[in-house]
Amino acid sequence: MSNIKVELKKNQVDKIKEICKSFNNNPGELINALHKVQSTFGYLPAEVQEVVSQEMDVPLSKVYGVVTFYSFFSMIPKGKYPISICTGTACYVRGAETVLQEFKKELGIEVGETTADGKFSIGCLRCVGACGLAPVVMVGEKTYGRVSPEMVKDIIKEYNE
Amino acid sequence: MIKLTIDNKIVEVEKGTTIYKAAKKVGIDIPVLCYMDLADLGIEHKPGGCRICVVEVEGRRNLAPSCSTEVTEGMVVNTHSIRVLNARRIVMELILSDHPKECLVCPKSGNCELQSIAIKLGIRDIPYQEISEMSTYRVDFSPSIIRNMDKCIMCRRCETMCNEFQTVGALSAVNRGFMSVVAPAFEMDLEDSVCTYCGQCVAVCPTAALTEVDHTNKLIRDLANPNKTVIVQTAPAVRAALGEEFGLEPGTLVTGKMVSALRQLGFKYVFDTDFAADLTIMEEGTELLERLSKHLKGDKNVKLPILTSCCPGWVNFFESQFTDMLDIPSTARSPQQMFGAIAKTYFAQKINVKREDLIVVSIMPCLAKKYECQRDEFKVNGNPDVDYSISTRELASLIKRANISFNSLQDDDFDAPLGESSGAGVIFGATGGVIEAAVRTAYELFTGKSLEKVDFKELRGMEGIRQATIDFGGTPINIGIAHGLGKARQLLESIRKGESNFHAIEIMACPGGCIGGGGQPLHHGKTEILKKRMEAIYREDEGKTIRKSHENPYIIKLYEEFLGKPMSDKAHKLLHTHYVDKKKRIIYI
Repeated sequence: MSNIKVELKKNQVDKIKEICKSFNNNPGELINALHKVQSTFGYLPAEVQEVVSQEMDVPLSKVYGVVTFYSFFSMIPKGKYPISICTGTACYVRGAETVLQEFKKELGIEVGETTADGKFSIGCLRCVGACGLAPVVMVGEKTYGRVSPEMVKDIIKEYNE
Repeated sequence: MIKLTIDNKIVEVEKGTTIYKAAKKVGIDIPVLCYMDLADLGIEHKPGGCRICVVEVEGRRNLAPSCSTEVTEGMVVNTHSIRVLNARRIVMELILSDHPKECLVCPKSGNCELQSIAIKLGIRDIPYQEISEMSTYRVDFSPSIIRNMDKCIMCRRCETMCNEFQTVGALSAVNRGFMSVVAPAFEMDLEDSVCTYCGQCVAVCPTAALTEVDHTNKLIRDLANPNKTVIVQTAPAVRAALGEEFGLEPGTLVTGKMVSALRQLGFKYVFDTDFAADLTIMEEGTELLERLSKHLKGDKNVKLPILTSCCPGWVNFFESQFTDMLDIPSTARSPQQMFGAIAKTYFAQKINVKREDLIVVSIMPCLAKKYECQRDEFKVNGNPDVDYSISTRELASLIKRANISFNSLQDDDFDAPLGESSGAGVIFGATGGVIEAAVRTAYELFTGKSLEKVDFKELRGMEGIRQATIDFGGTPINIGIAHGLGKARQLLESIRKGESNFHAIEIMACPGGCIGGGGQPLHHGKTEILKKRMEAIYREDEGKTIRKSHENPYIIKLYEEFLGKPMSDKAHKLLHTHYVDKKKRIIYI
């Protein structure tokens, strides 16, 4: 979980309220509401979950339960350059795991975490539909194909300049 | 009706019945672990998660969880085929492979449902250990409840009690897969969450994942300390349940034996919380009459209905979830705290013992009481009015440890002056009892007439919400009663909307009132036990010569010698409290 303290501004709280209202504040729509809130804020810090809990009339513990159950939801903001490593079948058999290990080692973070300077985050995804280029890594919108562990340093360097 | 065969027995049951219940009807007891049926409370927990209750259904490819599979016409069920027995054993072995093997020193040993089923299934080996990791979690200590989630088997009964029955919402299943666990939001400590310490999660936990904070060893040390005078108070509901721990029939009253046992344990004075319950009635009843007469004179500012404030789980509930209504409950302290305040002033002076050298212990059916006595409002220069509270279960454990043969004990009487009580004090232990006790006194004070009939049967029972109108000599007084915090929430919401026409409402956090408290002997789903305890409470009341709090001679004397009159300045200082908005205290990280 995150230990970053977030102070929500009034317009942000209003935005969350507005999203919840668009789902008629129906507790059954919790996942949809969280989805929409995350697409607005980028992630779901505790303070945001608290507002959602109040607005959707779902206990905070349940909201947190849902957020921690679905890997799509995150309580940590993504980095400025989010790194996504495809671990789908094709990429996996062609060595995505070693590439992933190299990124983790170079950046000193785990999957789902963000570097202290907020620059990089690592995430895994399943198949981007470019299996011919396996293993595939995406940094933001840019795609890198046939990535080997040796290339990892250079990829990171591109964004450190 | 649906006709089916279970283990070659023909069964006929209503449509919608589960295989488990149909089997039970013909005396076949299929083992269940996560399943829990609290029929009297309207809760049937059947997540179908543990798969211990699987059975073989002819023509069905896989085994069926009997707790959550409904019967169909002509179904042929086998509850103990080799396939079933193997599956059940493997399921159990897998559960045990991720469970600590410390049964010898586990607080639940001997009273653990996981252990009982392992015995029933004849498990003699736990394979998978070398190849499996254990999922481990930090142990969470709060003033009342300990969460040791290493022992959690994810039955999620606690979650059902916390969310559906109590509507507190402190606990939920979080994370996924191997790391999934039941926890408060953000896995914060229970103490920082919205938990009310009602202890209903502990009451249904099949293992020792949720247990009470145990003060028995501390008590043994204090009893052995020659410089301390250790006194005890016992809550009304304890005497109606303690016997169960010694194999007595549920509903057996053991008041006299309990007093004997406490004396043998070494308490200098054995007193009764019922005395303080009578005192509560004097204060709360006076407060009710004061608000009532203002209301009847047309004062629009007076807050009605008045809500009882004896139950610490309930107090914690409104302090964190109904913070806009903190001025509605009575300001009277609970009987436990009134007792402590009087013991450490009036009584300490009488026996000439310094406050710091007097240790006041309470025996409670409740876990929230452990927290309540630690509240700052109930301390003088850091010294608490009640030093600590132990549960009915802890008392039973102490009696066993001291080699006291409980069932053959002679009856003994409480000591004076804080041991004398009326029948009104006794019925505090059952839902509706506090308000009935209040009515017995308030009626006489309001009308100036003597009450012919002291039994108000219309206020008794197990229904979650009850209401009755009592005629106070021509003035109808509307009374509401709720037990279980979910039911309390319904009443509170109607008050908030201005739809309530009640003058007084009694609320108890636990099912059946204190008799169903989180510190009582475990009922293991047999909620009929609660009814038996309730009957015992009313029997004790009927057997008393004095049935009204204001007629208790020691209460009269206490006011004459010490307090003056109800709601006097001194009474206010010692017997009343204020409430805190806890929502502000709950800071999310």
